Amino acid sequence: MSATVHVGLAATVTGGVGASPLRPDGRLKVTGEFAFSSDLWADDMLWGATLRSPHPRARITELDLGPALRIPGVYAVLTHEDVPGRRLYGLEHVDQPVLAADEVRYQGEPIVVVAADHPETARRAVKAIGIAYDVLDPVTDPEAALHADRAPRVHADRPNLLRHVPIRRGDPHAAAAVVVTGEYEVGMQDQAFLGPESGLAVPADDGGVDLYIATQWLHVDQQQVAACLDLPADKVRLTLAGVGGAFGAREDLSMQVHACLLALRTGRPVKMVYGREESFFGHVHRHPARLRYEHGADADGRLVYVKARILLDGGAYASSSGAVVANAATLGIGPYDVPNVVMDAYGLYTNNPPCGAMRGFGAVQACFAYESQMDKLAAALGLDPVEVRVRNALHTGDRMPTGQLVEGPAPVAELLRLVQSKPPAGAADFPPGGTANTTRGEGVVRGVGYGIGIKNVCFSEGFDDYATARVRLELIGGRPAVLVHTAAAEVGQGLVTVQAQIVRTELGVDQVTIAPADTAVGSAGSSSASRQTYMTGGAVRAACQAIRTRLLDRLDGLAGELRLVDGQVRDADGGTVADVAELLGDEAIEETVQWRHRPTHPLDPETGQGDAHVQYAFAAHRATVDVDTELGLVKVVEIVTAQDVGKAVNPAAVTGQIHGGTAQGLGLALMEEIQLVDGKVRNPSFTDYLLPTIMDMPPMTVDVLELADPHSPYGLRGVGEPPTISSTPAVVAAIRAATGAALTRVPVRPEHIVGV
Amino acid sequence: MRVTCTVNGTTRTADDVWPGESLLYVLRERLGLPGSKNACEQGECGSCTVYLDGTAVCACLVAAGQAAGRDVRTVEGLAPEGELDPVQRAFLQTGAVQCGFCTPGLIVSVHDLLARVPKPTDPQIREALAGNLCRCTGYEKIMDAVRLAASSAGTETR
Repeated sequence: MSATVHVGLAATVTGGVGASPLRPDGRLKVTGEFAFSSDLWADDMLWGATLRSPHPRARITELDLGPALRIPGVYAVLTHEDVPGRRLYGLEHVDQPVLAADEVRYQGEPIVVVAADHPETARRAVKAIGIAYDVLDPVTDPEAALHADRAPRVHADRPNLLRHVPIRRGDPHAAAAVVVTGEYEVGMQDQAFLGPESGLAVPADDGGVDLYIATQWLHVDQQQVAACLDLPADKVRLTLAGVGGAFGAREDLSMQVHACLLALRTGRPVKMVYGREESFFGHVHRHPARLRYEHGADADGRLVYVKARILLDGGAYASSSGAVVANAATLGIGPYDVPNVVMDAYGLYTNNPPCGAMRGFGAVQACFAYESQMDKLAAALGLDPVEVRVRNALHTGDRMPTGQLVEGPAPVAELLRLVQSKPPAGAADFPPGGTANTTRGEGVVRGVGYGIGIKNVCFSEGFDDYATARVRLELIGGRPAVLVHTAAAEVGQGLVTVQAQIVRTELGVDQVTIAPADTAVGSAGSSSASRQTYMTGGAVRAACQAIRTRLLDRLDGLAGELRLVDGQVRDADGGTVADVAELLGDEAIEETVQWRHRPTHPLDPETGQGDAHVQYAFAAHRATVDVDTELGLVKVVEIVTAQDVGKAVNPAAVTGQIHGGTAQGLGLALMEEIQLVDGKVRNPSFTDYLLPTIMDMPPMTVDVLELADPHSPYGLRGVGEPPTISSTPAVVAAIRAATGAALTRVPVRPEHIVGV
Repeated sequence: MRVTCTVNGTTRTADDVWPGESLLYVLRERLGLPGSKNACEQGECGSCTVYLDGTAVCACLVAAGQAAGRDVRTVEGLAPEGELDPVQRAFLQTGAVQCGFCTPGLIVSVHDLLARVPKPTDPQIREALAGNLCRCTGYEKIMDAVRLAASSAGTETR
């Protein structure tokens, strides 16, 4: 699968930008040798375990650690009183206890941590702890939480309204000939990465701690852990361990502080690995949402106005809810040009599980609602669903409801036409429900649906978003070689491959090594918001360019256009000017660069106006389904998708992201939901929380457009999130087309289709 | 208790095994073979798939004592040291590996499928792998990997 890309004049770099070289960690991953965070081991290692609240809201009235401490093999039993520094942490608001003090605010909240010499001993010690609660009525309805007279405060010191983002554009009282309204609901989705939360904390001789951890952002972990341990940052050193998927669930801390506390207390390495059930309580989830929309259009189907109200349940702690609310609001009418917008998005505290980042980040919930509305509008007007979308499609030069100008390509109509133009799907491999379904086709109907979505790339609203890269060019064995050192988290997306590709293209050097990611180099920012190829890729490229400048400076007096290709400096005609190895000699060139995208700005708190986003990305889906109308079962027969990626830096990785993102959107449409009753999770297992299997996924056709963004490295556009956003509404639209059922809630359940 | 079994062709013994431990725990934590992954602990995800006397099983569902005296083959034992099995190579070449956590279990499952059905149809592949969850790939490139491993190009080095 290795390919070559032409760079400059008659020159080739194997495995550069635009090629799909094999991932450098792939061999270790297929042989089982790749060390994930749960695979780590140290001499004398202890195992940590966590006592968690069984109640969504309660006061702790008694706590007796004695029975746990008396168990042989137990080395430490720690509570909030053992947290030496700040006892709270959080990404946007520091509101979440490391260990609960006297009140618990969600089921699964950590209260006590234990270290023992066997994981089972640690679990038994947790069970032996004496604890009593005064159980309180939980706040579980976000609508009630919004009103002070209908629900108590989840946090005594602040109102339940976490954030309200209003957006006002044009005339709030605009009227239209055709009006469609709808209320929609999105269930709580789990990221369900396969590699559970885990890590190894090793106490160091200098009084600090070394933490080997699966995370999305080493430095934001370091900052929070150091504050809680009351240690300077340089004594809390983090190294990225193998990450078994992320999808947003590793943005917040889970066991980081706990393992470090236990290691520092016992003086021994401590490993913590969550089981699957604990993992469901160990990370934030996608915000469940209630959405109310009113779309007004003229007789030709041109949107006149959109009014929307979005309620996002943030759960017990803030996590990144504020940014999720802003995304839902600013992207909440979709990739459409609408002159008049009244949008209000709210994030609430409740005693439900905390919600935060998950792939799509606020854009997912809104897209299900606005795309459902576009189908409703098409039906009201007697228009084709694609036609009504194309008539309202956003174009370059249009303005978002925030007033932000859409610069660069916005191929909304093109993406829709592309997926529509594909030949219709053939017969399905399986009937709905799989081979166990005995139907002979009676009651099975087919439908086709469309969806398109919009996502911001990188961090928004004025956040100082940067990435750091250290790149070193030197001779190894007489040949030029490059070492790249960043703190960027490889979470499966292929960032390690991409960094090397960029170096090969920029410096013309084949031999590139990516050093392990750690906090010995500056922050790379988060592997989230579809930003890491853009940001760390941008930083690596900038560092390479600085190295090239210094290298070429050694060619005294030679000017003109010079390129680094195949270990040589070449002029514009392709002639060799110098050999990189000779130019370098024994003197390595190293550059560390902190790289930023163009600045963004806060939203006006009253009107929601502002240039808050860096870049917009778009993807469209067409889904074809067979539905067994008697059993309410759905088989997705085929998905066709198209996405503009600006530049496919690694085409194989790009399609892999599009496939995987589409699958997560299909999961939300059909099966994935954390089911809550009175604030308690009913299905914290892979038996009861359903994920799409290979039987559920259809063949996928992917079209990738490469319309360069003038502001980004190589013109690239973030890839990871857009495919997750529009596949959900496309699948649901297909079921509606097949059955006529209204389907206002995801995931769609059999009873919604059958109508019982 | 003491558990002795053959693992990847070698007789291995684990001491002080607690009766509640699974074969997966013994492999990972006592025998230094962490290639088989623990993602669900209840046989739903297939990440811990190994051969037990030639049958593909979820190692998390096998009590350690049940493995005594039997033959276990893990992802680490599919190919000689320094080499790749055609299934492993196919996963690598088709981009079927992203985070890689499901990969070892999937590779053993595919290895088992191709041993039984050398030229599987797409529906046969999907049925055979229905017990292996992957959260990254949407399975599309995993299908490619199985097709490649089953093709003459994939097997000629077998």
